Amino acid sequence: MALEKITSVSGRGVYVPGNDIDTDRIIPARFMKCVVFDGLGEFLFYDVRHTPEGVPTGHPIDKPEHKGAKILLSGANFGCGSSREHAPQAIHKAGFRAVIAENFAEIFFGNSTTLGIPCVNAAREDIAKVAAAIEKNPNIELVVDVAALEVRYGSDKIPVTQRESARDGLVNGRWDAIGDLIDGIPSVQITAARLPYMAAA
Amino acid sequence: MSAQPKSLFEKVWDAHSVRQLANGQTQLLIGTHLIHEVTSPQAFGMLRDLGLKVLMPHRTFATVDHIVPTNELVEPYKDPLAQAMMDELRKNCAQFGVTFFDRASGKQGIVHIVGPEQGITQPGTTIACGDSHTSTHGAFGAIAFGIGTSQVRDVLATQTMALGALKVRRIEVNGKLRPGVYAKDVILHIIRKLGVNGGTGYAYEYAGTTFDGFTMEERMTVCNMSIEGGARVGYVNPDATTFTYLKGRPYSPTGAAWDAAVTRWQSFASDAGCRYDDVVKIDAADIAPTVTWGINPGQGISIVENIPSPETATSADDKAGIIEALAYMKLPAGQPIKGTKINVAFLGSCTNGRLSDFQEVAKYIQGKKVAPGVRAIAVPGSQIVALQCEKLGLDKILAEAGFEWRAAGCSMCLAMNPDKLIGDELCASSSNRNFKGRQGSVTGRTVLMSPLMVAAAAVTGHVADAREVFAVN
Repeated sequence: MALEKITSVSGRGVYVPGNDIDTDRIIPARFMKCVVFDGLGEFLFYDVRHTPEGVPTGHPIDKPEHKGAKILLSGANFGCGSSREHAPQAIHKAGFRAVIAENFAEIFFGNSTTLGIPCVNAAREDIAKVAAAIEKNPNIELVVDVAALEVRYGSDKIPVTQRESARDGLVNGRWDAIGDLIDGIPSVQITAARLPYMAAA
Repeated sequence: MSAQPKSLFEKVWDAHSVRQLANGQTQLLIGTHLIHEVTSPQAFGMLRDLGLKVLMPHRTFATVDHIVPTNELVEPYKDPLAQAMMDELRKNCAQFGVTFFDRASGKQGIVHIVGPEQGITQPGTTIACGDSHTSTHGAFGAIAFGIGTSQVRDVLATQTMALGALKVRRIEVNGKLRPGVYAKDVILHIIRKLGVNGGTGYAYEYAGTTFDGFTMEERMTVCNMSIEGGARVGYVNPDATTFTYLKGRPYSPTGAAWDAAVTRWQSFASDAGCRYDDVVKIDAADIAPTVTWGINPGQGISIVENIPSPETATSADDKAGIIEALAYMKLPAGQPIKGTKINVAFLGSCTNGRLSDFQEVAKYIQGKKVAPGVRAIAVPGSQIVALQCEKLGLDKILAEAGFEWRAAGCSMCLAMNPDKLIGDELCASSSNRNFKGRQGSVTGRTVLMSPLMVAAAAVTGHVADAREVFAVN
């Protein structure tokens, strides 16, 4: 299955500060009453973006100057909690194509990579530098370079890291494993045959 | 036997490794796939789009838990979206030949309760489910992963997924828990000590004499919340307690196959002298009844401690976290957590919705009443748990005390069904997450605790020390 080679993502950025931003906050559970992922984008961070009465709170992603931003920046342990893929799906459907954070919760990271959304880790002070540059000029273009493991903005750049298997998958167009996994089915049957509990009843 | 001593994680991983993928990950065989209505419909949709079948329907088991109303038994449900998800799962299971523990089967329940009670969850196996609390099944010495929907698709289509190996941290708890201290307190204590992201990249191996002495239900409570500590996987090595639990369950092997299975299961236990990436030791006597005061499961204190104040923060991050949590929880810094008024008491969930949880509460609550103004619900984790409780009359004891006895489901743990907090109600909850808005109201507040502590809060109307309320000693 030929997938796009995601070597870099360019676009404007928006900083959503905070640590331990959980997937319930990214997409509240009540919006998961659906059998397709379409339409999740508008509910991204819904309960932070609105008061209980539904009035917009002026959340960073709603600020006019950040409309159309493609790169999300945040703090530590981003995406913790529930394994819901609805979280990266909502991020993607809201137009974001990369996330920069201090670090990511395990399942969220894997889910995002499988959707072709690069999640890269950066030092806190470096994220603060990029956030400050965005604050100064919301139109500044960021380049999340997955191949070179750096984020460039204006005349500056910061180093980022990413688990090698994810980086490899993104830059080589094999971030969604399904094709490879299907190719391995003959070997799967061999491994399964060695395990008594896998036998058909 | 290989010369090199190995951990259970390594042995199970090796036995299920199919091959290495080009990106360096492993194509890992997933022996058992558990599915439910929330994270599977899109995966079946993807399967249809790709023209694929379920590769091993006999290793795929479904139930319905997140969206089922616990006070409404007849379909169509009032919520058309819930009904649509129910219909979709039913249709998908029928079309792809997957066993579905539907409500009519009498075996429906929270997926992490159904697997073990059916004997589907077995030692030395790999398990995946589109739910982060899949770590529960590790209590049996299985390696059990919570996964996203694309991976549900991968497992449906290929019975495998692409994964990198995890490091292993052994968490040893030794000694006897003090009276009134439960498995829930053990895991809340561990998360408090190691942090909500302390387990990132690790599988947690729970061991030590405390775990040796635990029942399977206690082990499940601890493994269940591994993910709240950032560990995707948590497990306990299988032993006689594990095998006794599994004997005679519907999907357990029988006859000669049983003996062979036990021998095989034993062989998966971590070898003495195997290498761990990290070891943490905890003294059981240091663990007190623990409650959360904040907005993540790591923000916990013992019932006799005061709510933290920003001044006592250990770092700038900690300080920001305390300020944010106190503002959301509307709790006074530096004051005792004991005495905090509650509005709702919730007994249930995949963490604490099993027979022993209700037995423990019933034992102490008999003759007492839920405080006026407190809404209290008790929700068995499965239809089988409900039946077990009802046979013992526990439902009557709980109802007599003022708990509403409900039908099986996830209920108020996560707000995908009618059981929700209203406004800024504060809930004493035996569930696993206290995130902002988790229980269904954007200003709702959750205080996590053991079932008996929930009972103590229910009868006093405030966060209380169950040891005092019920004279536990």
